Amino acid sequence: MAHRSGPSGFLLTTYESAVNWTRTRSMWAATFGLACCAIEMMATGAAHNDLARFGMEVFRASPRQADLMVVAGRVSQKMAPVLRQVYDQMSEPKWVISMGACASSGGMFNNYALVQGVDQVVPVDVYVPGCPPGPQSLLHGILMLQDKVMAGEIRR
Amino acid sequence: MSDTPNVVTGDLEAPTTEAPEELRDTASESAAARREIHDMWVAGTEEPAWMRSYTDEGAQEMLEADQDPAVDLHRGTVVEDDFIFEEPADDDELQILNMGPQHPSTHGVLRLHLELDGETIRRVKPIIGYLHTGMEKTAETLTYMQGSTNVTRMDYLSPMHMELAFSLAVESLLGVEIPERGQAIRVLLTELNRVSSHLVWAATQGTDLGAVSMLIYGLRDREYILEFFEKTTGLRMNHNFIRPGGVAADLPDGWEEDVERIIEKVSQGVAEYEELLNGNPIFQDRTIGVGVITPEECKALGASGPIARASGINWDIRKAFPYSGIDKYDFEVPTGKHGDVWDRYQVRIAEIWQSLGIVKQVLEKMPPGDYRTPDRKVTPPPRKRIDESMEALIHHFKLFTSGFKVPVGETYRAVESPRGELGMYIVSDGRERPWRMHARTPSFNHVQALPTMMTDSLVADIVATIASCDPVLGDVDR
Repeated sequence: MAHRSGPSGFLLTTYESAVNWTRTRSMWAATFGLACCAIEMMATGAAHNDLARFGMEVFRASPRQADLMVVAGRVSQKMAPVLRQVYDQMSEPKWVISMGACASSGGMFNNYALVQGVDQVVPVDVYVPGCPPGPQSLLHGILMLQDKVMAGEIRR
Repeated sequence: MSDTPNVVTGDLEAPTTEAPEELRDTASESAAARREIHDMWVAGTEEPAWMRSYTDEGAQEMLEADQDPAVDLHRGTVVEDDFIFEEPADDDELQILNMGPQHPSTHGVLRLHLELDGETIRRVKPIIGYLHTGMEKTAETLTYMQGSTNVTRMDYLSPMHMELAFSLAVESLLGVEIPERGQAIRVLLTELNRVSSHLVWAATQGTDLGAVSMLIYGLRDREYILEFFEKTTGLRMNHNFIRPGGVAADLPDGWEEDVERIIEKVSQGVAEYEELLNGNPIFQDRTIGVGVITPEECKALGASGPIARASGINWDIRKAFPYSGIDKYDFEVPTGKHGDVWDRYQVRIAEIWQSLGIVKQVLEKMPPGDYRTPDRKVTPPPRKRIDESMEALIHHFKLFTSGFKVPVGETYRAVESPRGELGMYIVSDGRERPWRMHARTPSFNHVQALPTMMTDSLVADIVATIASCDPVLGDVDR
């Protein structure tokens, strides 16, 4: 992003990449822990893996303050309307990571109780595979999302 | 969708009466097309229980506007009856507050329907089902070999105990004996799992009361155990390691050093928590005398584990109905007196020390030998035999594709999970899949006990009480 110009220390960049950069480096996640993956999401935020390195350690309890929803776990039919409502309450711009096999595709539970993939309820940006995905997998997914945001246009 | 009803097969007789007329009545044709009326029959009852069941094809169209309100009611997306309650005649000042299901302090997706009189809670109604995964139904479609894959995802903080309860139940139907080394590995892993689960509890209990550094400390020390689990089982959680017939593999090389390191690090950590919390006046104020439950109420509500022990009931499945040779190890059952949040905290911390003591004893006297039963009906042949013998290859293939058959019968086996009595009830009709599986999970009873603990307490005590019950919603809803 940076173009150094002359000795006086100017930093030239495009408006878009500056905005995208700030968005990636202060992306706050909504706490939306559902099942097993939520524990791994907590572990990602804790000491060993330290999500704070990516500017994302602030998990907001209020969806109004959150930019990112990590759907961590299996989404039941009863939970799906709640999930959609929380997503609708988040302010733009917003992103969704579908964490784990159950959120991405229903996983091993192909039955009456589960939504077979959270992308039927909310638009998903990054799918993280695993059952549950380890903290490294989630970090990889988050880095991919940051790349995606950096490469994207500002539309909202 | 097929037209064949979901009739029970095997030796059990299918019901013969017809479904009631109102269940056949369907509101719209599109709804009817996606819906089948299945007859389900519960063993031991005389009348068949008619109910509708939905196919997963219908589930995928969930977002379509469904014109049939009965469907929403059935699925639980509309919970009308949760709001029907008798208003107190003379008090219209009660404020109704919904807590959850996405509240971070409800430890998952528990929803509490609170009636508040100012700051005081007059009535609590826990509403569950937001994580209902249909695992007990899924278990009927999985072989006993695959079954532990399913149950391990119920209580995701103590997967080893879920697997152990399932395996013990299947083994008691099969009548196989597990070699001593297999049993010792089971005890080692379940006790380590108890420590790791209690560490998550310590983390969340501290966080909910404002000691956010506890979240970092608890999860930091838990990582040491999870690293060992990953090395042993291949996964950090949801291991599918304890299986009917023994365990999946032997312990890895150098496991003694790993376990010694865990004992050292976790002991240091827990000593730190005690130093941080025990004398902390804020922590004491928030916990002593809060969320009290008496021994009688514990028994009436089926509360077990640390909650019952904190109120003074000396009850531990490990002592009452020992499993996997746990009676060979020397440990105590810590109990409290008052049944409040503080006593539950003390009991759980003491349990961590006791479990570390058991782990130390396993480390000292780990017996040599096989880690799974030599019964070839249950255990696949060793890898070496598969290269040498055609029969062994066929046997291996059959065991993993169609599974092993389990004699007709029913069984209930319980283990002491970090949360309490965790039981598995399995009915077998002689095939390789359970006819019915039911899990008696401790968190369910503890959520049921929440209104007793919370009524007439303050709003701020809600999170302290929930955290001290340590409910896992996967355990409640299954």
